[in-house]
Amino acid sequence: MQLNNAVTRSPEAILQTNKLVRNTYSLLSMTLIFAGVLAFVGVATNISFGFALVANIVAIVMLWFVLPRTANSATGIPVLFAITGLLGFGLGPLLNHYLAVNPTIVMTALGGTGAIFLGLSGYALTTRKDFSFMGGFLMVGLVVVIGAALLNIFLQMPALFLAVNAAIVLIMSGLILFQTSALINGGETNYIMATAGLFLSILNLFQALLHLLGMLGDD
Amino acid sequence: MDWLKIGTALLLVAMLFFLFPHVKSAIANSPKGSTQDWMGFIVPALVVVLFVMLLIALV
Repeated sequence: MQLNNAVTRSPEAILQTNKLVRNTYSLLSMTLIFAGVLAFVGVATNISFGFALVANIVAIVMLWFVLPRTANSATGIPVLFAITGLLGFGLGPLLNHYLAVNPTIVMTALGGTGAIFLGLSGYALTTRKDFSFMGGFLMVGLVVVIGAALLNIFLQMPALFLAVNAAIVLIMSGLILFQTSALINGGETNYIMATAGLFLSILNLFQALLHLLGMLGDD
Repeated sequence: MDWLKIGTALLLVAMLFFLFPHVKSAIANSPKGSTQDWMGFIVPALVVVLFVMLLIALV
């Protein structure tokens, strides 16, 4: 599975890949900054959980039905900013909750998410390993985690909540490796879709870390 | 049960329905990984687990 693409690929293909990686990371950093600003707005305006849920639903509907239709045109970029902005804005109540408990939790989760993303993405980019074999495993893991989260809405078990968030950290770590390797090994050729995938992995990782640190930390 | 829980549950059910065809296609089309390939995931995943445990100890 491990490919040495640098030897077998043409200079044009390598340039194309480098351009894709550069565009993806530039757009990802811009969307993360934009989402961060809107998360701050969400915190400052003290939006309710209901409003945050509506923002998340609108963002997910756009992600499923609008982004795939616009990703191959210039319209894809404002659509992506709208999605990431709404998802960032929707973080408001969660951030407000943890800022009230202990602001260190939010800062630690933010720093931890950044370190995990940079570490894993750097690992996939430098080793150039092909993680496409993990596709089925990650998708099944995602379905199991969503099923468990759905069950826990009714059961309200703290242990299951903890297990779901621990599993999300591992699955999002796997998805970061999978998505980064898809960029360099040809599995993904559209930088807007690649940015959306990486943004969602980072966002989910951040939320899961917030919950884990909130539940298992001293406070 | 308040409407927030119902809304979240409906969103998760919609996610399951949306993901289902992707899961089927991913299972059918993913190449098989060797032990060495899986080690390439397990080692960084263990590092992530240790790092998260460190973060928990710090908070």
